[in-house]
Amino acid sequence: MPQDLTALQLVLSGDPALFAIVRLSLYVSLSAVVLAALIGIPLGAWIALTRFPGRQGVIVMLNALMGLPPVVVGLAVYLTLSRSGPLGAFGLLFTPSAMIIAQTVLVTPIIAALTRQTIEDLWIEYRDELTAMNLGPLGRVATLIWDARFSLVTALLAGFGRAAAEVGAIIIVGGNIEGFTRTMTTAIALETSKGDLPLAVGLGLVLIAIVIAVNALAWTARRAGERLAG
Amino acid sequence: MTMRAPSEELPIVFEGVTVAAGPVTILDSISLTLLPGPPTVLIGPNGSGKSTLLRMAMGLLAPSRGRITWGGRENVPPLKRAIVFQRPAMLRRSAAANIRFALRAASIAHAEHARRTSELLELVGLERLADRAARRLSGGEQQRLALARALARDPAVLFLDEPTASLDPTATKAVEDIIRTVSERNIKVVMATHDLGEARRLAGDIVMLHRGRIVETGAAASFFDRPQTAEAKTFLAGELLV
Repeated sequence: MPQDLTALQLVLSGDPALFAIVRLSLYVSLSAVVLAALIGIPLGAWIALTRFPGRQGVIVMLNALMGLPPVVVGLAVYLTLSRSGPLGAFGLLFTPSAMIIAQTVLVTPIIAALTRQTIEDLWIEYRDELTAMNLGPLGRVATLIWDARFSLVTALLAGFGRAAAEVGAIIIVGGNIEGFTRTMTTAIALETSKGDLPLAVGLGLVLIAIVIAVNALAWTARRAGERLAG
Repeated sequence: MTMRAPSEELPIVFEGVTVAAGPVTILDSISLTLLPGPPTVLIGPNGSGKSTLLRMAMGLLAPSRGRITWGGRENVPPLKRAIVFQRPAMLRRSAAANIRFALRAASIAHAEHARRTSELLELVGLERLADRAARRLSGGEQQRLALARALARDPAVLFLDEPTASLDPTATKAVEDIIRTVSERNIKVVMATHDLGEARRLAGDIVMLHRGRIVETGAAASFFDRPQTAEAKTFLAGELLV
């Protein structure tokens, strides 16, 4: 209990080091979600609306990739970005960019798989109408994504939850460098191992508060949008 | 929506059209000509092939055998045809935005959208609900909005699949009034119903289907007064036609 009190005091004191960690965490996770959305939403919509040989296998694989182990992704991205890897020349290893790449790899299958399911369900409902209106493939995709926007918020939230909570991938590719690549989850892991429990608990509280706040905001926006658009 | 001249879409001619799904024959050797004029109403029990015939006339389904022509041409894209399905899907936007969507899909000039939208909403009596989410409208209101959305395409032929199924008498009357107005403006209406009262009120011509085959066609008055086939007599007598 005294440790919880110290942690709370740390959060309320506006400790600059703590807030730098929070800022970086949000920057990395939100960037990864945006990038994953830009890839995953069109990819999921394309799989939902296109028939091709091996499609069922692709769907099974996509669903399976939602459970990608973060440490495995971290290792793969590490090998790709390391000096001797194919993208080593860019010098991205142990930078926030490497962490964003790793989280994008983790989050993209989640957003793509949930988008595929959402768009496919909506397509069943809209298929006759959009076909009768002689709408082309691009028009169909745009309409379905727009009309599924409130459901797709859930996919983005799932992606954000995954990114915000994971530690395995970013600790490998980011290196947990103080003031540069240290995020809330990597700091919690480090401080716990060092025995500095007040800071670890404080960061944990902030992380949980952020996840709740983001979900509450998205839920409120979704409710308001649904009231207006149906 | 304006009065229109006779369309290049008509006549719609079915020549020996058969539709099969695996071993099941849905439509069997249909030969039929849909001409300009008052509404043509397809009647018959459930599963007789009315909806499939409408979808084929709209160009949404291809025949397994036989051919369909629109104004003497095959494979005409449905630019001047529109359809209202039995359970129309409402897009997740307002009533007015549903109509604007149809106008955009039909490549109607953007400058026309506001005027056309309010005209269509007025035609179907939904002007006060323009900003209401379409999916929150009642069943009857949704059906009227679906009619407005179909008319946004400025069609020469309008196909209606059971447009008043599951509506109460007030909503049914509102939809039927719109259908009459549409027909008076020289838009060819082809509709399916299993409601004989509705067929009597609206039909100029009747096409009766049973088990995927046309069993009788003709002017509505003579069909209802002097049915020629045993199936038509049974159906008109209100007996179960299975």
